[in-house]
Amino acid sequence: MPMPVEVRMPTILRPHVGGSPTVTAEGKTVGELFDGLVARYPGLKGQLVTESGDLHKFVNVYRNDDDIRYTGRLDTPVADNDVVSIIPAVAGG
Amino acid sequence: MLAGAGLAGDPQRSQGGGDLSIVNGFGEPVLRLPRSEYLKLIGHCYDGLPDEACGLLAGRLRPGALVPDGRVDVVFPTGNADASARTYSVDSRDLIRSLRAAESKGLELVGVFHSHTHTEAWPSPTDVRQALEPNWLYVIVSLKDGDPVLRSFRITDGNIQETQVVLES
Repeated sequence: MPMPVEVRMPTILRPHVGGSPTVTAEGKTVGELFDGLVARYPGLKGQLVTESGDLHKFVNVYRNDDDIRYTGRLDTPVADNDVVSIIPAVAGG
Repeated sequence: MLAGAGLAGDPQRSQGGGDLSIVNGFGEPVLRLPRSEYLKLIGHCYDGLPDEACGLLAGRLRPGALVPDGRVDVVFPTGNADASARTYSVDSRDLIRSLRAAESKGLELVGVFHSHTHTEAWPSPTDVRQALEPNWLYVIVSLKDGDPVLRSFRITDGNIQETQVVLES
């Protein structure tokens, strides 16, 4: 059984997880963690992963400060004691 | 005329004088920017041409509040992942590096700056739509004229509130 991994939630998503700054999730990849979170917190649906199953453009996700866009995206593996941080993209025009 | 326009080159001019009704239109907090960080910020905007440039602002929060106290201690220039003259996205790796660097100094990220290469220093519809942090300062530098024009805003639920800008030593 995979161990729970800590996921740090940005302020803007905390209302979907009961206001908590961190939640735990289980899985072998970031994608599996997110699947579990969306199942537990339906308000997160569409916030992290697009309908086509890719990481949403407006969030940055880090495994121990490594941007997962450079480490396999949602297939990025996670292990015990990893911390996954979700940080909204900072963007405009 | 938009509030605060005409501060070309020296935001300190926004202090004192001028139309009181415009000054009263400014919101909290006042952005206080050390001159050295101001020069770093403006230099990064010119370095980014012809694209928009962007970066992050680090400072402190008011005690017991989520609102910045307004002083920006450190400016972190970042890459523009869009590499565009029309939009910006703070490079995601620069974002986490800046966040950790701020934390290591006991600071928080309190805002973002970006340049407008050919338009006024006023939030575009895209800026308003993508402003996710109601407590952040959104600094815009217009490079459309000879001198840079720097203005600061809070953007909350689609509402734009300008804040005063003061350069400090």
